[in-house]
Amino acid sequence: MDPTAAKYIGAGLAMTGLIGAGAGLGILFGNYLQAAIRNPAAAAGERTYLFLGMALAETMGLFGFVMGLLILFSK
Amino acid sequence: MAAIEPMEQFLIHKVVDFPLIPVPVLGHIDLSITNSVLFMLIAAGLLCLFFVAAAKRELVPGRMQAVAEMLYGMVDNVLTGGIIGDRGRPFLPIVFTLFMLIAILNLLGLTPGGFTVTSQLAITGTLAVMTFLIVLAVGFARNGLGFFKLFWPAGMHPAMSAFLMIIELISFLIRPFTLALRLFGNMLGGHVVVYIFAAFVVNLAIFGLNGFGLNTLGLLGSGLSFAMVLALTALDLVIAIIQAFVWAALTCVYLNEVVNLDHGH
Repeated sequence: MDPTAAKYIGAGLAMTGLIGAGAGLGILFGNYLQAAIRNPAAAAGERTYLFLGMALAETMGLFGFVMGLLILFSK
Repeated sequence: MAAIEPMEQFLIHKVVDFPLIPVPVLGHIDLSITNSVLFMLIAAGLLCLFFVAAAKRELVPGRMQAVAEMLYGMVDNVLTGGIIGDRGRPFLPIVFTLFMLIAILNLLGLTPGGFTVTSQLAITGTLAVMTFLIVLAVGFARNGLGFFKLFWPAGMHPAMSAFLMIIELISFLIRPFTLALRLFGNMLGGHVVVYIFAAFVVNLAIFGLNGFGLNTLGLLGSGLSFAMVLALTALDLVIAIIQAFVWAALTCVYLNEVVNLDHGH
């Protein structure tokens, strides 16, 4: 296979890490919303942890993103 | 067709050129003002102006003072107060500074022609290492060598604790990387996506104007892309604030671990 083509395919494959981040964010916000609708009074207090969880879930996806960049731009 | 070069907006170039300055040990140092430095100076200036305008200490706050007090109260109640507790009060200045600096750098990147300073891994990396070192310094100052209890999960078989200690240690040491990568990735990704859709607007419009028939569909795509650029810019505005908030919140979480080490807050 042409090395350049392999590089692009590899970078594309590295982005599949975002599947997990997307699923994680969906679970996170879905569950938060469910809990918030069941008990609206407690929702505001947990919003900080919602954003923290979002940040942590996102980071896992960004590792894939960085890996893609590394594959794409490394000589 | 206009060329699509999404990474070009992140290139650093010199705005004001200074000659190289010789330094004994390090060799020659280039202290020229680049676009990155320029926008950091603008951000610092804006922040100073904002607080000079806001810090009038009037009993009935004006518009600027109300905004500043709201932000300060938010960081005080939700972050240092909410996460660390009463012992978090001394860390309010550093957390608030980090929050405001990152928020304003992110927002400056969204202005037309603006340069996103936080999309440079060198900048986010420096901020992350700084945050990490502050946590380490506070940990050792508050607990002395008892700081290492942070890595030793109590209440289980020692062999299990030893195994978990390795994992705890790795997850502790990886923190500056995750902090830096999160902000860098979010800013880079957001701007690249907006750029690509903006390039679609121009290229599809040119394609649509080149002929009739199927080509006319290009104009439709151009319009849709323009709507997408608007929507993504709105999303980036939200993300700019949320990422600053997340950075401040994570700083608080890390500080909480070392400040309330013996109290299990």
